Amino acid sequence: MAKIKITTPLADKVIKNLKTGDKVLISGVVYTARDMAHKRLVEVIESGERLPFDLKGQIIYFTGPTPAPPGRVIGAAGPTTSARMDSFSPVLIKKGLKGMIGKGPRGKEVVDAMKKYKAVYFAAVGGAAALLSKRIKKSEVIAYEDLGTEAIRRLEVEDFPVIVVNDVYGDDLYLKGMKRYAR
Amino acid sequence: MKELHFNDIADKIAKMCIDAACILEDDITSAIDMALELEKSPLGIEVLDQLKENAVIAREEGIPICQDTGMALFFVEYGEDVKIKGGLLNDAINEGVRKGYQKGNLRKSIVNDPITRRNTQDNLPAIIHTALVPGDKLKINFKIVGAGCENMSRIRMLKPTEGIKEIKKFVVDTVKEGGINACPPLIVGVGIGGNFEMCAILAKKSLMRPIGQPNKRMEIAALEENLLKEVNNLGIGPAGFGGRVTALAVHIETHPCHIASLPVAVNLNCHASRKKTLVL
Repeated sequence: MAKIKITTPLADKVIKNLKTGDKVLISGVVYTARDMAHKRLVEVIESGERLPFDLKGQIIYFTGPTPAPPGRVIGAAGPTTSARMDSFSPVLIKKGLKGMIGKGPRGKEVVDAMKKYKAVYFAAVGGAAALLSKRIKKSEVIAYEDLGTEAIRRLEVEDFPVIVVNDVYGDDLYLKGMKRYAR
Repeated sequence: MKELHFNDIADKIAKMCIDAACILEDDITSAIDMALELEKSPLGIEVLDQLKENAVIAREEGIPICQDTGMALFFVEYGEDVKIKGGLLNDAINEGVRKGYQKGNLRKSIVNDPITRRNTQDNLPAIIHTALVPGDKLKINFKIVGAGCENMSRIRMLKPTEGIKEIKKFVVDTVKEGGINACPPLIVGVGIGGNFEMCAILAKKSLMRPIGQPNKRMEIAALEENLLKEVNNLGIGPAGFGGRVTALAVHIETHPCHIASLPVAVNLNCHASRKKTLVL
């Protein structure tokens, strides 16, 4: 199966072409955020303040990297469990977020929001953090530096390998895969 | 009486932390090779290939295998005839963890309090279980415990009359419910018996065994094999994308228990089983 190359920010036209199970290579800007950063982003939205970055068309990568060794852009940076972000993601999707990269199944409220507002959920391979770090070309903390590894980073990635788990049509790779191989 | 030195222990622990985070041991790399022979799903094969490539990059370039370099866990066998000069054993271990996580650029993932949650910035404290044993050796078993799979682990106090059928159901259900989040292919650690806290320790200890090494008791080894088959029949596959290999192994440890109890703990481990042993 061929790999689909996409570049951020994502337009609806691109997103509609992505189907569950597709192998995708992402290039461009991706923002990192995990538990505490999500909590803060949603608090900012709820209080009507300005977000540290414009969510429109963007992808958030759920990761907390290891410190960058000397001479490197970033340390190991694989996906963390997405379900912990389930209560926050719908709020961000409504604000224009178009993609998320993580690992593991999403809750119904996230899947519904993805269908309604046209967003897609990708999985990167959990525990392939050294390999994934090599596809990150630039990294800069842009908000919540006090959170350390959980700060929001603006990454520039090149051919970052992911698989489409949930597309805008409501399909789910985890359910499909399990059904196909269960016996 | 054998004398060991505080600083020497700390330095060896520091190196052990860095090596464990960046270099997969042979048992896990050969288990992944075996999985590649069994796997039929194209996405599953791609995932296993990525894991192999990841291990090579991690080892050659000194980047951690996974960004979750975990909480540091130690099972120590402390020989009665060992004397440590310059400080206490637990302090030496913690000092080693502090140094190793700093020097190796490993992620500091520990908060000082579960409620207020301020990062301790040095990955301390480690969790240390110590047993006093005869002899003049200090054996230190170290394991990196990441949260992704730890969070999907479960304990249940079964009724003694429920027996093997319910034990099996509990193990399989735990993998079915949380297996995808735990980064499959998994190593499934199961502790049966003891009491509430001991079954969890048994499950964790079973994960310290070389992967796929069966329990010494034949009937328990047969149960491990049977459960591995049932877990793999779930079809979760590598990274949860569907496939034949959901787990690389099921390890079980047992212990005597109360007439009224049948405690069972299931401790899921991701494919990145990072452990090391040091004997001084």
